[in-house]
Formats: sequence, C-alpha cells, structure tokens
Amino acid sequence: MSISVIFAVLFYTATFILVAGLIYRIRDYARTPVPLKIPTTPAPITRTGVAFRMLREITVFESLFKSNKWIWILGWLFHFGMVLVLLRHLRYFTQPVWAWVDLIQPFGIYAGFAMAAGLLGLWARRFLVDRVRYISSLSDHLMLLLLISIATTGLLMSYIPEWHTDIVALKAFMLGLLYFDLQPLPEEPMLLIHLGLVVTLMMVFPISKLLHAPGVFFSPTRNQVDNAREKRHLSAWAAKLESSE
Amino acid sequence: MADFETPALTEFQLVPHIKKGAMAHSQPYMAKPEFQGDLGFPGELEDGWEDVAVKKLGELTSKYRGLKVFLDCCVKCGACTDKCHYYLGTADPLNMPVARQDLLRSVYRRYYTFAGKYFPWLVGAKKMTKDMLDKWYSYFHQCSQCRRCSVFCPYGIDTAEISMAAREVMDAVGVGQKYCNEIIGKVYKIGNNLGLPEKALVNTLEGLEEDVKDDTGIDVKFPVDQEGAEVLLITPSADFFAEPHIDGLIGYGKVFHQAGINWTLSSHASEAGNFGMFIGSYENMRRVALRIREAALDLKVKRIVVGECGHAWRVAYSFWNTLIGVGHGGDDPYAKALQQQLDPNYPAPQHIIELTYDLIQKGALTLDKSANDDQRVTFHDSCNVARASRMGNMPGGQFVLPREVIKSSVNHFFDMAPETIHENTFCCGGGGGLLTDDLMEIRVKGAQPRMQALMDVVQEHDVNYLAAICAICKSQFSKVLPYYNHPMNMIGSVHGLVSNAIQLGTKQ
Ligand code: SF4
Ligand code: SF4
Ligand code: SF4
Repeated sequence: MSISVIFAVLFYTATFILVAGLIYRIRDYARTPVPLKIPTTPAPITRTGVAFRMLREITVFESLFKSNKWIWILGWLFHFGMVLVLLRHLRYFTQPVWAWVDLIQPFGIYAGFAMAAGLLGLWARRFLVDRVRYISSLSDHLMLLLLISIATTGLLMSYIPEWHTDIVALKAFMLGLLYFDLQPLPEEPMLLIHLGLVVTLMMVFPISKLLHAPGVFFSPTRNQVDNAREKRHLSAWAAKLESSE
Repeated sequence: MADFETPALTEFQLVPHIKKGAMAHSQPYMAKPEFQGDLGFPGELEDGWEDVAVKKLGELTSKYRGLKVFLDCCVKCGACTDKCHYYLGTADPLNMPVARQDLLRSVYRRYYTFAGKYFPWLVGAKKMTKDMLDKWYSYFHQCSQCRRCSVFCPYGIDTAEISMAAREVMDAVGVGQKYCNEIIGKVYKIGNNLGLPEKALVNTLEGLEEDVKDDTGIDVKFPVDQEGAEVLLITPSADFFAEPHIDGLIGYGKVFHQAGINWTLSSHASEAGNFGMFIGSYENMRRVALRIREAALDLKVKRIVVGECGHAWRVAYSFWNTLIGVGHGGDDPYAKALQQQLDPNYPAPQHIIELTYDLIQKGALTLDKSANDDQRVTFHDSCNVARASRMGNMPGGQFVLPREVIKSSVNHFFDMAPETIHENTFCCGGGGGLLTDDLMEIRVKGAQPRMQALMDVVQEHDVNYLAAICAICKSQFSKVLPYYNHPMNMIGSVHGLVSNAIQLGTKQ
C-alpha cells in the first residue's frame, strides 16, 4: 500500500472518530439533566448576560485572568496562536482560497511561534511549579508533547528550506480527500510526521481532556441564568419525587 | 490547647510548598449504623461495597450534568491549586481543589472512560479500594464546599459538587459522617438541627421577650405558630440561644416590631439549615426543606423570610423553588398550591438583610449609628451567600446590601483586602459540614487566610468587630479566633449591630 493510501485512510478514520465522538459527547452532555441551579455568583440575570459571560470566558479566558496571569498569558498565546494557525491552514482545503484566509496569512506565521511559545511555557510550569508537577499525570505531559511536536514540525517545514514540502501537491492531496479523488501525497518525512501527529490528536480529542472545548459550554456554573426565585427550575427525575407523594 | 500548630500569620498571604500527607490523619467520626438508617443509607460497609460505590457514581454522573462535565473537562492547568483555604493553611497537596477532584476523577476514569479502562497508568485512573475510600473520607471532609475554586477555574469546575457526590457515594456504602447525618436525623425527629423541642423553643422565646423588655422597656414579640401572620421567619436554630447568634435574632425581632410587620416562627420548621446539601443528597435536602413548605401552607403566610445563615440561604435562594416550590414563576399544580398564597410584591424567599435594607431605604427604621461607636467593624462575606446566591435585584447585591445595612448602623466600617472579600472571599474554615470538634485541626488551619486578612484590618484600623451573616461562620469564628489571639466575642451578627442602633419607641 502506498503512503498516500495509508494517510487517506488515517484521515478518514480520524475525522470519523473526531466527529462521531464529539456528537456522542455533546448529545450525552445535552441529555444529562441539571437538577439544581448552581451558577457561580455573581451571575448574569438574563440569557443575554449569560451569552456575554460565555463569550468572555472563551475569548479572553475571564476566570483564568482573575486566577493566574502566567497561565492566562501562556494559555492565551497557545489557544489564539492555534486558532490563527488553523484558519491559515484553510488555504490547503479551499480552492480558490477565501479572501479572508489570504488576509490573515501573514499573522498565521507569527501565530505558529506564539502557539509553540505558549505550549513550552505551559510545559515548563509542569516541571517548575511544585503544585502543578504534583497534579500532572503522564497523559498531561504527552498531550503537551504532542501539541508541541505538531507546532514544531509545522514551523520546521516553513522555515528550514531543506524541509520545505511541495505545497501544491499537498493541497491536491487534501482537496482530493474532500472530493474523494485520491491524489499522491508528497513523501517528505517531516510532513508525514506532522500529519501523523495531527491524525493522532484528532483521534484522542473525544476521549481526553480536550473535551474541555465542548464541555465549557455545558458547565452549569457558567451557563445558568441567576433567576432561581423568579422561575421554577425542575428536572424530570426531580419532578417524579413530587408526583410520588 | 491542642496537639497541632496554629499556622503563622505573615506579612502577606503565602502560598506554601506542598507537604505530602500533612493532613492524611484528619477524619471525622463516622455515623453509627442506627443513624444511617434514618436517612435511607446502609449502616456500615458490607461485602461487595466496591461495586455499589462504582454504580452509585455512574448513577450520579447520569443525573447531574455538572458532575459529568466537571469530571471530563479539567485540563490540569493548575489555576485552582492555590485558591483553597485548606491548601493555604495545611500545604497538603490533596487539599488543592484539582487534587481533591482527582481522588474521585481517577475512579470515574477507571470505570467510565475509554482511556481509563484500557490505559489506566496513562491517565492516572485508579480502582475503588478501601485505601481510596479512606482517602475520600479524609479529604472530602476537608472541603467546606465554599466554591472559591470554581470562581477561578476556566471551566467553572466546582469542587463543592464533587465533594457532595463523593459524600453521597460514601453514604450509599454505609460510610457516613456522624456530625451531618445525626443532625439531619434530629431535623426529621424534632424539627431542628439542635434537637430543640417545641416546648423548649417557646420557653426560650418567652425568655427572650423578657430580656428585651428589661433592656429597652418595649414589648418586642417573638411569636411562634401564629396562623395568618404575614411573614414566616425561617432561621438557623443556633439563633435561638447560641452567642453571638441570638443578638441577631433580637435584631430581627426589633426590625419587625418597628416596621409593624406581623411575623411568626414555626415550631414545625424551626430550622433554616439544611445539611442535606452538605452530603449531596437531593432526597434528604428535599425532605428537610419540605417542613418549610408545610409550615408555610399551615400558617397561611404571605411571605417567607430567611435569617442569617450562609448555606441555608444558598438552599433557600437557589434551591427552594426547585425543591419545594417556595418562589415564583411555577406553572405546575404543586408549585401553584403554594405560590398563589405568596405575595408577588416580595421575592420568595427573602433574606432578612433584604428586608431590613428595604425598610432602611423607605425610612421605616430609626437607626442611631452612635450607639455602635465603640465598634470598629469589618464584614466577612459568607461564601455560600457570596458565590452561590444573590440579594436584591442586581448581580452582586449580596455584597452591597449587607454592607449598606452595616453602614446604616455603625460609624466605623472597614473592608478587608479586596482579594479576600466579595466573590474572592475566604471561607471561615468551618462550613460544609465540618463544624465539629473532631475536625478542629482542619478548621483552625483552614481559617488561616481569613485570619490573615482580618489581622491586616485589625492592625491598620483597630477593627474589633467581625460581622457575619452565617450561623456556621459565627460558631466557627468564636472557636478559632482565640487560636489567632483575638477575643472570641469579636464575632457578631449583622443584625446584632442593627439591634444596638435601632431606636424603638421613636416610631410604631
Ligand atoms: S482550574 Fe479548573 S481546569 Fe485548571 S486544574 Fe483546576 S479544576 Fe482543573
Ligand atoms: S470548594 Fe472551597 S473548600 Fe472545597 S476545594 Fe474548593 S476552595 Fe477548597
Ligand atoms: S460557614 Fe460561612 S464561610 Fe464557611 S462555608 Fe458556610 S457560609 Fe462559607
């Protein structure tokens, strides 16, 4: 079997695991009852207020900002670096490339460094701060290793001329995946490592702590409206206790 | 005084380096089998308990979305590690919120997640063993469920929820805590946490009327079971005779008197506290609260007001509408049966601070601040009020209203450092079912951050009165203040200050 076929299979499998896994998780969260009102107060007293609270949490990491400026700045560099990098990667999947993707192209490059720097800082904390060292398990270290390796292989391909890859052929392969028309994948080792790691990340996403991404939207301490006295909140299983009287 | 060292107060709040096992010996007394039965739990550990525990945990994650999300989401960022007063006061790493959660999370992972089932060594998944159960019993009784960690977690992970779940699992296998479970038993048998029977309650209140009469010359009433009264007051039973709680009760009585509000206590529901919350049991929390619904219906009251108590206010504010329909906006027959009786012009339930605050705004109370001129006051935001409820109609009203009531009653008020008040408040160290002598060491050590902040205002402003609105806080502080070289009577009720300032006889 050629390398192209192996990677095509890997990508399809990983995408399936990622999508199916996330759908399963999100449905599971959505269906699990929330019997009590437990927003961490002060909490917004309207739905709109809650939407803004959530927005602040996921864009500027409000709670983390209150908590620890080091983790906040490192975490923010990593996450927003990653968002830009991901958006930049859209140019490998779109033909013609969307205008706004072109527009962020130059920032995307710096973002790669920001992401790596953030990750390295976060990893350093796992060794340097005794409290964080204590709570880190092997999987926490490996997760950072995985992300750092993805970032590093990506940066190496961009910045070391010997490791440049044939972007045109790569894009043809990716578009081929989208249109079920398999094209050959360039076989430079750096690219294969990069893609192999990305596939791994996609597969572990729904079974790891990366679930914090969808999970944060379901956190009752953050997404509930503070209106317990004005509106009766009753879950199905709790209501049964009443009717059994 | 005791066989442990009171933590030193320093120039700043320090974050200690971890000291493994520093508090591993701390365990509360276990509930005796006969008391477990009253609450619907098995009496003691039986063969095969491991399976029962694991099954219970699975049941809880399918009943409580928060629990499931919290167990899945933690990224071990470490932001919460220095936020718990018990960690700050003991340096035991298992008192870091995330590490406390991990005691339960590791078991959840082992039985309920793919990674934990097949790669336990990778993600730190662990079996449910006796050794694990001992750790749970120790460290889930070193959490006062104060939710400080939840404020600072990027996903709002609330260790209080995890502690409650752990205690519920332990109860399900017959390992209950004596203090909480026996108190709940007393509520079922007698109607309040202290086991104060109706007759004694009536006598106490008559005595109180005489005391106030001697003191002020005015007939302030403390009525019980008055059918048709406008207001039903539900207050922690400690208010009936513990010091300094009782000054608060006298304060409420004087406020009602001057405002001309017709009020009553209930001998059937003579307790605001609800320890069902501490043990995480929805059923027990509901059963304890039901007495209040019954009393409200029997006495046909229009309003329900809650006295100074932290966790009780959380249960009342956040849960009563759900548990027993005390609130507004219910459209089912069960809720309506009570809600149609309640006056829609007032929040239900209403906190005594909200009531007094409104009366002050309306000019219905005559307060002479100079009566409190020998008091230099600071205020302890009780954590359950601060982070799990509200007062008034805007978010954060729970910080504003009590301070306004205090400032209307005293001339000298000084807040503690901003990082230790409002939503950042440090627990007194005795909440969440830990207010028992067998947990004295953790109580004293857990009070360290609060004592640190208090010392700063004592040194800077000569503060001599620590005002609180929580029965547990008041009892806890009267015990631990002396360990930090403060007089135990430094702690007082907010309504104790109102009581001093109010000029009865100037209005009727
Ligand atoms: S702050 Fe939240 S996510 Fe971070 S370690 Fe603590 S509980 Fe986990
Ligand atoms: S809820 Fe309070 S006591 Fe419990 S872990 Fe969090 S900060 Fe500590
Ligand atoms: S006793 Fe007071 S400070 Fe402590 S947990 Fe309760 S409300 Fe919070």
